[in-house]
Amino acid sequence: MIETRQLTKRYGGFTAVDAITFKVEPGQVLGFLGPNGAGKSTTMKMLAGFLAPTAGGATVAGFDVEKQPLEAKRALGYLPEGAPSYGEMSVREFLDFIADVRSLAGDLRDKRIDDAVERLHLERVLEQPIDTLSKGFKRRVGLAGAILHDPKVLILDEPTDGLDPNQKQEVRTLINSMARDKTIIISTHLLEEVHAVCSRAIIIAAGRILADASPAELEARSRYHQAVSLTAVNVAEAKDALSKVADVAAIEVDPQDGRITAFPKPGRSIFVAVGDALKAQGVAVRELALEPGRLDEVFRTITQGAAGQEART
Amino acid sequence: MSGIATIFKRELRSYFATPVAYVFIVIFLLLSGAFTFYLGNFYERGQADLQPFFNFHPWLYLFLVPAVSMRLWAEERKSGTIELLLTLPVTMWQAVFGKFLAAWAFIAIALALTFPIWITVNYLGSPDNGVIFASYVGSLLMAGAFLAIGSCISASTRNQVVAFILTVVICFLLLLAGFPLVLDFFRAVAPQGIVDAIAGLSFLTHFGSIAKGVIDLRDLIYFVLMIGAWLYATAVVIDLKKAA
Repeated sequence: MIETRQLTKRYGGFTAVDAITFKVEPGQVLGFLGPNGAGKSTTMKMLAGFLAPTAGGATVAGFDVEKQPLEAKRALGYLPEGAPSYGEMSVREFLDFIADVRSLAGDLRDKRIDDAVERLHLERVLEQPIDTLSKGFKRRVGLAGAILHDPKVLILDEPTDGLDPNQKQEVRTLINSMARDKTIIISTHLLEEVHAVCSRAIIIAAGRILADASPAELEARSRYHQAVSLTAVNVAEAKDALSKVADVAAIEVDPQDGRITAFPKPGRSIFVAVGDALKAQGVAVRELALEPGRLDEVFRTITQGAAGQEART
Repeated sequence: MSGIATIFKRELRSYFATPVAYVFIVIFLLLSGAFTFYLGNFYERGQADLQPFFNFHPWLYLFLVPAVSMRLWAEERKSGTIELLLTLPVTMWQAVFGKFLAAWAFIAIALALTFPIWITVNYLGSPDNGVIFASYVGSLLMAGAFLAIGSCISASTRNQVVAFILTVVICFLLLLAGFPLVLDFFRAVAPQGIVDAIAGLSFLTHFGSIAKGVIDLRDLIYFVLMIGAWLYATAVVIDLKKAA
């Protein structure tokens, strides 16, 4: 479990993290979203015990990160941004070092190392110096180090940054497979990642929490939520048919691909009505879809709205 | 295994994972030999002792120890591994001390490899081996003090070249603290008491007496305090600089 209370970090006059309070329970995967410089990494660094909070506090697995730093660090697996590791060491030496620091010994040690190597597919590169590995492998070595002691709490700062689509998928599968009994926080720029692995998302900008909800709930805030989009043979004809549906509030046509989107009035559902209307008017439709909502649009609205407010005050 | 031992092992091994260690050792041995025989007139003096050998150690260390210490923390900061290291379950003190001990052990290995000169002098005559042993201890302590200074400077920058140059300058000033070059400057601006205190910080004065075979408790305390103080400063600097 991870808990923060009014967690704050100031650098001189600049407030990087501003009184953030949240709680993550075991079994949850929390996605940290936010523009660059929003305070995601700073928050994670404070949770990991690298930076001391200016005010407020945090506990990791029940241990206060300032008063019981060693206990908190033992319970935690942390992947710093960029997945740094010692380049001159081979992968095996690096994992041995982490196992030593984590006081893993005997059969358990061998089992944990084998498990981490297998989960991240490092068998082929075990004896290679880390410096000679590709970016994707380096990141996986960092991840292997973070999960080596099977920690109760995992904090991963941009775990899939720099990976190719296949590797991203593998890491997401890995996170999902560990999610059941662990408390996990990941930070990411990638909104599709929130869908793929997170059960909850916190959007922060300028050091403050702007939204804290499940990915589906966030999508529901989108203008596109419950909208109907379609591509028609005759655009004008389709627009005309849509405008006759009672609950349609607005109709937009994408100037590039001619895709038509009909937005419902608040709280209304228009999918069935739109289908009926199109059929009644005999409009030929190539494809018709109900929009779940667009996370990127919600993200933009929330973070830019906050920036706008900031500028005004 | 305790935190210090684990970090010590990793660090020491990393020296030998790159050619740096071998280059350092070869240059150290070549230079200490060259100084002893050519500048120190080892043979011409006609005395069975290692004075000409040890007399040049402060000057050798002045350039070679900063070359070892410059990467101690600057590299960790540059590559970001400092964040990895300090979020593992080790204390700051274990990390600072473990890394320092590894660097010190590395220099001790280089120093130990000068043993042929000890064999030579024993073959040629009958030197006072007690004095030679004391000189080795003094030399190692002085190297430790240089290293602790370098560790602190290295923690304050992510640029290894800057760390090297600053360490050389500070060590140079401390070497010569008992000499007019440094003291004249302070005489102009500070009272006599402070000038005397600065003179008392001179590496050369403290090393000189140990190298003559006199292990004075005050000299030992001086070097131990010097190491302790600079390592403490290292931890403070790392804490201050982490945020940047």
